[in-house]
Formats: sequence, C-alpha cells, structure tokens
Amino acid sequence: MAKNFDEWNRPLKELEDGIDKLKDFAKKETNPAKKTDLESKIDELEKRRDNYIEVMFQRLGPWEKVLVARAPKRPYTLDYISAIFTDFVELQGDRRGFTDNAIIGGPAMLDGKPVMVVGHQKGRNIQERQFRNFGMAKPEGYRKAIRLFDMAERFRMPVISFVDTPAADPGVESESRGISEAIAAGMFKMFELTVPTVAIVIGEGGSGGAIGIAASNRVLMLEHSVYSVIPPEGCAAILWRMPERGADAATALKLTAEHALQLGIIDEIVKEPKGGAHRDPLEASQIVKSAITRHLAELTPLAPGEIKNERYEKFRKMGIFEVA
Amino acid sequence: MDKSQAFLQCANCKKILFSIEFEQNLRVCPHCGHHHRLPAKLRIDLTFDEGSFQELDTDLRSIDPLSFPEYEEKRKGAEAKTGTFDSIISGSARIDDNPVSIAVADFTFMGGSMGSVAGEKITRTLERAAEHGMPAIVFCASGGARMQEGLLSLMQMAKTTAAAARCAEVGVPYIAVFTDPTMAGVLASYASIADIIIAEPKALVGFAGARVAKQAGVSKVPDDFQTAEFVFKHGMLDRIVPRKEMRSTLSTLVKTLGGNLRTELIKEDVPHG
Repeated sequence: MAKNFDEWNRPLKELEDGIDKLKDFAKKETNPAKKTDLESKIDELEKRRDNYIEVMFQRLGPWEKVLVARAPKRPYTLDYISAIFTDFVELQGDRRGFTDNAIIGGPAMLDGKPVMVVGHQKGRNIQERQFRNFGMAKPEGYRKAIRLFDMAERFRMPVISFVDTPAADPGVESESRGISEAIAAGMFKMFELTVPTVAIVIGEGGSGGAIGIAASNRVLMLEHSVYSVIPPEGCAAILWRMPERGADAATALKLTAEHALQLGIIDEIVKEPKGGAHRDPLEASQIVKSAITRHLAELTPLAPGEIKNERYEKFRKMGIFEVA
Repeated sequence: MDKSQAFLQCANCKKILFSIEFEQNLRVCPHCGHHHRLPAKLRIDLTFDEGSFQELDTDLRSIDPLSFPEYEEKRKGAEAKTGTFDSIISGSARIDDNPVSIAVADFTFMGGSMGSVAGEKITRTLERAAEHGMPAIVFCASGGARMQEGLLSLMQMAKTTAAAARCAEVGVPYIAVFTDPTMAGVLASYASIADIIIAEPKALVGFAGARVAKQAGVSKVPDDFQTAEFVFKHGMLDRIVPRKEMRSTLSTLVKTLGGNLRTELIKEDVPHG
C-alpha cells in the first residue's frame, strides 16, 4: 500500500515524464521520418496515459481516495476562492487575542451577489504548511468563523464553507483555549443562522475539525474527497494499536463520497475532472461553482425561518438504528 | 469492584477500603478523594428524587450500518455486561420536586461512545426539555464518537448540538456534567455548549485521546493536562463539584435558572414512559 500520493502516483508520473522527454526529442528532431515516428509514439503513450487514468480513477479504493484527497497539487480553498468569487477580502482575528491561518474567510461576490466564504487552508511547501498548521485549525480559527457567520446573518449573506482539514489541532495550546468548545460553538452558531448555508468537502473532511464549519443546509463532496469521523491512522491506532494500518481503517470507516451519500449524510457528489481535481483545477472550480450556485438557488427563495428549520430537520434525521 | 466483597482497593491510591463505607461515600475514596466511575442507574438514584425517574427511549437499538469489523461482537458483549442497549439512559425525573429531562452516560458500555442511538437519545432528551419547558441535565462519560458507525457518529455531534440550540432558543436551561472521562466528539458537541458546565474532580476532559494525539505528533504535555482542573483553570468550566454536593448544586441551579419557566406547562406535560 502506498503511504502517500506521490508514491501511489509514481507509475503515472513516470509515464508522463517519459512523454515529456519524447516531446523534447521530437521538438529537436530534424529528420521528418524520425519526427513522425516519435510523434506516433507520443500519441500512443498519451493514449496509454488517458486509459490508465480512466481505469485507475474509475475504481479508486478508500485508501486511494485518502491519498488523492491529500494530493499536494489538489486545489485548496484559496484556489477555489480566486476562481469562483470576485471581491474576496480576507478577514482575520477572533477578537479574543488570537489569529488562525488554518481557517480563512471573508466576504466576496458570487455572480454579483454577496456571500460569506469560510474554509480550511492547507499549504503546498514546507513553510506554507507550517504557516497553515497543516490545515489544522486552533480554537481561534473556529471563533473567527463564528464571527463571520454572525456577520453573514447580520448582512443577509449566504455562507459557503470549503472543508479540507485532516483534523482540528489537538495540541496543548488548543486544549488550553478550548478547541472542543470552539468546534461545538461553530456548529451551534450554524444552527442559529437563517441565511442559506452550503458546505463542500474538497479534500479531507477530518472529523470534528470539519463539522465545526459544515453544519450546513446542503453538504456536498467532491468525487475523490473523503469525510470521516476519525483520521484512518488514528482509527488504526485505536483499533489495532497500529497507525500504519490506515488503509484497512479507511476501508472499515466507509469514508468515501459514495458511502456518505448512501448513508444520507451528503446531498450530492460533485464530479471531478478526469484524473482528479488536481489535473485541472480551473475546470474543477467551474464544476464546484455551478454546484454551489444551483443549491443556493434552491435555498434562496425560502423564508429565513424555513431555512433554519430545513437545516434542523436535515440533521435531525441522521443516524441509523432500529426501533424494537 | 465486586459488590459481594467486603473490601476493595481504591483505583487511585490503592488503599484498601470497606465496601460499605465506599458505597456510603458515593464511591469516592475516603483517603484520596478519587471519584470512581458510576454506572448510569446508580448515578440516577444518587442524583434525582427517589422513584421519580421514568426511563424513555428504551426501544432504540444500535445496528451495524457499516459492517464494521468486530462491532457486533463488541456491542453484544457490552449489552451482556451492562444489561442495557446503549451508552445513554434517558428519561424524565425530578430533583427536589422540579421536573427535569435527563440523560446519563455509562462509560462501561463501549467507552460511553456516541453512535446513532446515543445521539438520538441525547437529542430527544434536549428536545423534550425544549418542548415541555423543563431544564435538561446531561451527565457525560464518553471516549467520544463511536468509530464503528463512522460518519453517522460524526453527524450525531451536529444533531445533538442542534437540539441544544433549540433549548437555548426557547429559553430552557441545559446543564452538562462532565464525569470521567468526557472526551473528543462528545466534548466537541453537546457537552461544551450547555448553559452550565460542571465537572467532577479529576475527571479526564479533553479533545484528542492519548493515542490519537500521539499519532498527530503531540508530545510534551503539562502534568494536569486534560483534567477537569486544567480545563477549569482555562475558563472552560463553571465549577468543579464533588459528588456529595452534586445533587444540591444541580437542584439549586434548576430552581434558579428554571425559575421563570411556565410551571403550569411543566406539571401537566411531563412525559411518561
């Protein structure tokens, strides 16, 4: 089992590197016959690549989905924001003494209408990752989100949440400042809102860290994102005391979008471009945008009280049990 | 702790205790003050008016919606051990004659974990409180969300929180008591948004369990990390209340915070199992 995306993606990467090399040769080749020969080889390899992607991505297993959801080149919240919205101004601070860089947010325009955007943000290189705390928000992240939710309610703006976190930050600082209370308060606030709320899991939906900003009227998941009650490695650590058995835990946890839809947890699976959102972030953004606007269009005509009740009833039904 | 034995050992200081004395002291060690965990039924007897408890929601049964490895066996084992069907007992009771909607967790049932049934019982407890205008009291004891029900368990966090928001909306007080341990998905949902939060001394209270935190790279922690005292020091609790004062503290709070509830509604409408 591959441990990370790069390891898992190596065969495809090697194939693509080969294609790039051949293209280089073809560019420099002066002999027309040899050039045609190279070009047909490139053609053949590209077909093989497309076929490989087609087949691989049709049947991604749960652990492979985890790896793809964590792919370093996968579009992050800020990538979606810049492609989907205009006039985004990032707002900061929990007004209680702290600031957080793993949850970002602020007002923006969506097709000319004001919305409030909130989301987890991961980093791509070492410095960015540290700055974003690997997408693990501290209490101040949730408290900032709550401020923005309040503002959205005051100014009648729909709230769009982008979910992409391995988990909330579990460290000493977070415990000291009440990470549990911050997450609970985030959900609590979301249930008070009378404006429409839409959440989309774009990468990792990591347990409490995710639901703290995703108790929304509509919850969507990208095709290859995951949503889980516990990180697979943490689950494996508890179940078998073997964190390295994350792949087995991923299977047991049923953390894929398909399972979430079957269990009645999400409203829609948003298709990704061929080979995953990271292969075409702009197309992915357009697909995400149309899904968000479609759901907002359904919610916007509802009266404020109805919007709140609809949300309550949606979550009220969740759970599967028997009545004896 | 076998009841049939005349002596037992304190789980904390290891001193030998007389069983009778130990029970009379509400299972608190007379030497070191360690609060041993209580079964839910005993907690109810010790806290609420004698004979006032009416258990509700007794017909709810967990199933295995994910076909999760060993879930059935673990649950059946817990049912046999505890004689109950899940980690929460819920219903209505009275405390110094005032009606309350209550839920009490039992840690011995799969670590008090919250799956669909526990989430449903907490939700109903809070909804009954909101609907009938009686204060809600929830005793927490849980390792967190029940992994074996996956996302369904995570969603119980949202569902129970929504119900707590409903209590707040209609002006019904909700009191949470953190007993050992109150962790993770339970702490990060209905437990932490109560109007009043009380903890028993030394109860383990925290977000990430030791194994999960270690997996996430958390190493050096303070000595009192994730205790009720640590959480209190950081402003996340109203009070730490020893077990022998719990009933009177709760009763007083129900009297004051619930003092303006429409009492005529309460008296007629208390649901019965």
